[in-house]
Amino acid sequence: MLRKSLPVLASLAAATLLSLAACGDSESSGGTAAASGNTIKVGVLHSLSGTMAISEVTVKNSELMAIDEINAAGGVLGKKLQPVVEDGASDWPTFAEKAQKLIRKDKVATVFGGWTSASRKAMLPVFERNKALLWYPVQYEGLESSPYIYYTGATTNQQIVPALDYLKEKGKKKIFLVGSDYVFPRTANKEIKAYAKANGMTILGEEYTPLGATEYSTLVNKVMQAKPDAVFNTLNGDSNVAFFKQLKSAGATASSLPVMSVSIAEEEVKGIGVDNVAGQLVAWNYYMTTPGKTNETFVKAFRAKYGADKVTSDPMEAGYNAVKLWAAAVQKAGTTEVEAVKKAAGGISLDLPEGKVTIDGANHHMYKTARIGVIQPDGTIKEVWDSGKPIAPDPYLKSYPWAAGLS
Amino acid sequence: MTARMRGPALFTAVALLVLVVAPAVLDPFRLGLLAKYLCFAIAALGIGLAWGQGGMLTLGQGVFFGLGGYSMAMYLKLHDAGPGNLPDFMVWSGVERLPLLWKPFTSPVFAIAAAVVVPAAAAALLGLLVFRQRVRGAYFAILSQALAAAFTIWLVGQQGLTGGTNGLTHFYDVFGRDPETDGAKRIFYFVVAVVLGALYLLARQLMKSRFGRLLVAVRDGEDRVRFLGYNPATVKTVAFAVSAAMAGIAGALYVPVVGIISPSLLGVVPSIELVVAVAIGGRFSLAGAALGGVLLNWAHTTFSEQYPSGWVYLQGLMFILVIMVAPGGVAGAARWAAEAIGRRRTGRGPSSVPEPAGPTHGQKEVAAP
Amino acid sequence: MEALLSQLPIGLSIAAVLMLVALGLTFTFGQMGVINMAHGEFMMAGAYTAYVLQDWTGREAVLAALPVAFAVAGAMGLVLERAAVRRFYGRPLDTLLLTWGVSLVLQQLARDIFGAPNVQVRAPGWLDGGVRMFGSQLPYTRLFIIVLAAVSALAIWAYQNRTRQGRRMRSVMQNRQLAACSGIDTGRVDQLTFFIGSGLAGVAGVALTLIGPIGPNLGTYYIVDAFLVVVAGGLGRLRGAVIAALALGLLDSYAEFWTDASLAKVIGFAAIVVFLQARPQGLFVLRSRALT
Repeated sequence: MLRKSLPVLASLAAATLLSLAACGDSESSGGTAAASGNTIKVGVLHSLSGTMAISEVTVKNSELMAIDEINAAGGVLGKKLQPVVEDGASDWPTFAEKAQKLIRKDKVATVFGGWTSASRKAMLPVFERNKALLWYPVQYEGLESSPYIYYTGATTNQQIVPALDYLKEKGKKKIFLVGSDYVFPRTANKEIKAYAKANGMTILGEEYTPLGATEYSTLVNKVMQAKPDAVFNTLNGDSNVAFFKQLKSAGATASSLPVMSVSIAEEEVKGIGVDNVAGQLVAWNYYMTTPGKTNETFVKAFRAKYGADKVTSDPMEAGYNAVKLWAAAVQKAGTTEVEAVKKAAGGISLDLPEGKVTIDGANHHMYKTARIGVIQPDGTIKEVWDSGKPIAPDPYLKSYPWAAGLS
Repeated sequence: MTARMRGPALFTAVALLVLVVAPAVLDPFRLGLLAKYLCFAIAALGIGLAWGQGGMLTLGQGVFFGLGGYSMAMYLKLHDAGPGNLPDFMVWSGVERLPLLWKPFTSPVFAIAAAVVVPAAAAALLGLLVFRQRVRGAYFAILSQALAAAFTIWLVGQQGLTGGTNGLTHFYDVFGRDPETDGAKRIFYFVVAVVLGALYLLARQLMKSRFGRLLVAVRDGEDRVRFLGYNPATVKTVAFAVSAAMAGIAGALYVPVVGIISPSLLGVVPSIELVVAVAIGGRFSLAGAALGGVLLNWAHTTFSEQYPSGWVYLQGLMFILVIMVAPGGVAGAARWAAEAIGRRRTGRGPSSVPEPAGPTHGQKEVAAP
Repeated sequence: MEALLSQLPIGLSIAAVLMLVALGLTFTFGQMGVINMAHGEFMMAGAYTAYVLQDWTGREAVLAALPVAFAVAGAMGLVLERAAVRRFYGRPLDTLLLTWGVSLVLQQLARDIFGAPNVQVRAPGWLDGGVRMFGSQLPYTRLFIIVLAAVSALAIWAYQNRTRQGRRMRSVMQNRQLAACSGIDTGRVDQLTFFIGSGLAGVAGVALTLIGPIGPNLGTYYIVDAFLVVVAGGLGRLRGAVIAALALGLLDSYAEFWTDASLAKVIGFAAIVVFLQARPQGLFVLRSRALT
C-alpha cells in the first residue's frame, strides 16, 4: 500500500517544499532593511492565541496605539513606523521562533513583546546572539539584565519590595505566600523570605499550585489554619479567579485577611468578580485612575480606539511607554542602528501616563514610581500609597543588605 | 518501471528533494523551520508505528519527546556552564550543588544514549504494567494522556532540577558550533533529515519482519493472537518502546535545532497535536505519518502568521473532516486516487492488494462490550 | 487530628465536583464507548448559559440556569451525536479524535462570541457563608455542589432502574446486538443517552461557576480528571464513578494537605495506574457475553 501512495506523497512533499521556498522568496524580496525607504519596520510579538492571549492582546493594542500616535505626529526621523505583528501563541519556543523571523526575515529595527518570564527567557538568546533589541513590558522577578533587552515594567524593588514595606508599615507581621508554580512566584518568594528575615516578619507557609489550577479548597484551608496577618499572592491568570472565589466562600474578607496581589490589574478584576476581590490590595506602578493630564489623554485615546468599556492597566501602559521611549532614543541617536540607539537611550526621560519615567543606561530598567492600590467596589483601583518619586531600578537588589546572597 | 522498483525509486526521489533541492532553494531561516518540522516527522513516525500499525493510541508521546529533549539539553547546559559550574537557571533557582541526576550528563555520549534509552525504558515499563493487564483501546489512550498531564506538572514543579516552566534554553555551544549561525543550522538540518530517513527505513524493515506482521495481527484481533499462543503484551510493549525511542530521538534533535526544550512542548495539547498530524498524514502508512508531521506544522506556521485565531478553526475542522471523510488521511486518499486512476487505465475491477486502508480497518480495539 | 478532620469536608467537596463532572461522561462513555473530548466544552456552554441568563434573572442565575443549561448542552450533544458520532460507534479512538476537533472549534467559538477574558456570574446571596465543621468552614457553595451531585446521581440511578427508557438503555449497554434483536430502537436510545449525558455536563458547568473561572478554557481544566474518574470507576458504572470520585477527591485533598498541589496531582495519577494493575477494567466490571 505504501508503493501506491508514495507517488502522491512525494508530489505533496515537493509541493510543500516549493511553497516554502515561495514564501521565503516573497518575504526576502519584501524584506528590505528596517530603515530604508519611507518606513521603519518594528516587530510586535505577543500571544494572540492560547491561554496568554487574554492578557497580551491588550498590550499589543496599546503598543499599536503608540505606534499610530507617533506616525500621526510625523513618525521617527521623518519616517513612518510599520508594525509587523506576530503571534507567540502562548508557547515559549514559538516566541523564540517568531523573534528569529522578525529579526532575520523582516529585519525589524526593534521588537516590542513578551509577557511571561518564560517567553522572555526563551527570546533572550535570540536577541543577544543576533544583536537586536527587545522591549519587554511586564513586571518580573528581577535578577536579569541583558544588554539587548529593555525592561519597561517594574523590577522587584519597584513592586514587591514596596508592597512588603507597605504590609510592614501596616503591622502585618505574619505572611502566607501563595503562588503559581513557575519562575516569577518562586523567585519573588525567595526575595520575600529574605526580606522577612531581615525585617522581623514571619513566613507561615509557602504554597504553589500548578498553572491553571482551579481547586483551591485545600490551600485555603491551609491558609485559614495558619491564621496569617496577610497573604502575598503571586498566582497567575485563571487561578486567581478560583482562589478568590473559594477564599471568600471560606469566610475570609479583605478586612479579616488582606491579600496583596502583584498579578491582578484592572483587566483581571472583571473576570474574578468584583464581589470577590473588593477591598484587596494590589501593587503596580500605574492604575487607570492615576492622576495627571498624560494619563487622562491616554485613557481617552485608548477608549476611543478600542471601545468605551475598555480599561487600561499597568502592563498596557508599560507597553505603550516602551514604544515612546524607543522612538525617543532613535530620535536622539539619529539612526535605528542598535548600538547607537542603546548609547542614546540611557538617561532619556519622558512624561508618560504613570508620571516621569527615565531609562537607566546601565541596567536597561526604568526609574518608576511604586504604587499600592485597593480594589474598589466599582472595579477600579484606588491608590492608597506611592513612593513619592521614581525609584531607581535595582534588578539584583544590590542596594539592599538583606538581599545579599540571593543572586 | 516495475512495481518492485517504484518504492526505492520514490524514496530516492524524496531523499534528493530533501537533501539537495531544499538546502539549495531555502534560506537558512526557512531551512531551520523545515528541520523543526522534520523533528516532528520523526516523532510522528513513531506514533504511526504504535497507533497505525499497532493500534495503540498514545496521547502521551510528548513525554518521551521531552525525555529525549531534556537529556540532550542537560548535556548542552552543563557544557555551556563549564566544568564545576552550575547552569544559569540553577543559580537563580537557589540550587547550590549539581543535583545527582545531572552528574552523568556531563558526558555527551551518555546524554545521547539516554535520549534513546530513557524514553524506551519508560515506555517499556508503562507498557509492561498496562498491556499485561490488558488495559487497551480507550483506556490506554486516557492513561497515556494523564501521564502527559502528570509529567508536565511534575517537570514544572521541579524548577531547580528542570528549569520549571521556562524549560532549558540559552545554548551557546552545540558540539563546537554556535547554534544561531547559518552554517550550524544547515548542518543540523542534514543531521535531522538523515536520521529521519534512516528511522523510516528501519521502521519499514520492522514492519516487513515477522514482528511487524504479528503487530498488525495484534491490532486487528488481540484475543485471536493470544489464542494462537503469542503474548500480545510483549509485542505491544516492544512496539511502544520503539515508538517512544523515536520520540526521544526527535526531542534530542529538536533541542539544537530550535534552541529550547520546555514543558509546553510535552503536555496534553502538543501530544494530541502529534496524533492529529499522524491522522492527517495517514495513520496506516509510515510515510503518511511522517509527512503529516511536516504538513501540519508547516500549515501551523504559515496560517498562524496570517490568521492566529483562524488557525484554531482550521485545525479543528481539518481534523473533523479527515476523521469523518478520510480516516486514512492524505496517504489513504492518495492511495485511493492512485487506485482509481489505475482502474481506469487498465479497465480492471478493484485492485487485488489484500490490505484495505478504509475506515473498517484496524478498528477491533473496541473498548465497549 | 483537627487538621485531619478539617480536610474531610474539603475532600468531599472536591469529590462532588469530580463526580458532577464525570457523571455525564460515564453515561456516554459507558453506554456507547464514545470518548467525548468535547464534554468539557459542554460544561463551558453550561457556564456561559448562566452568564447569559443573569441579564434577566440577576443573582438567581445559577438556579434558573440549571434546567436551561441542561437543555442547551443536551441539544449540543444531540447535534453532535446526529451529525457525527453515530457513524463511529465501536470505534472509540476515532470518536476521541473527532470530538477533540469539535472541542477546539467550540473553544474558539466561545472566544469569538464572549471574548477571551473570563466573565463573571454572581452567586446567589443565599450561598454566601458556610457551616463550621471540624475546624474549617464548609462553604454553602460547596454544600450546594455536594447536594447537586448527590441528586444527579440519584436521578440517574432512578432513571436507569425505575423507568422503561432507562431499562432499555441498560440493555443496550450490556449487549447492543441482543437489544436490537429484541426490538429496541438502539438509535433512539443512543440519542437519548447522549442528550442526557451532555445535559449533565451543562449542569456541572453551571455549578462550576460558583467556584472557578468562567472562560473559554473552562473545560480543559476538568476534562483529564473526569476521564480518570470514569476509567477508575469502570465502564459506564454509576456506582463505580461515584466511589472513584470519592476516593480520588479524598486522596487529592489529603495528598495536597501533606505535600503540595503539584505532587498531589502526580500521586493521584500513580494511584490510578497502580489500581488498574489490580483491576484493569476499573472498580466495577460490566459483565457481558458479547465477543470483543
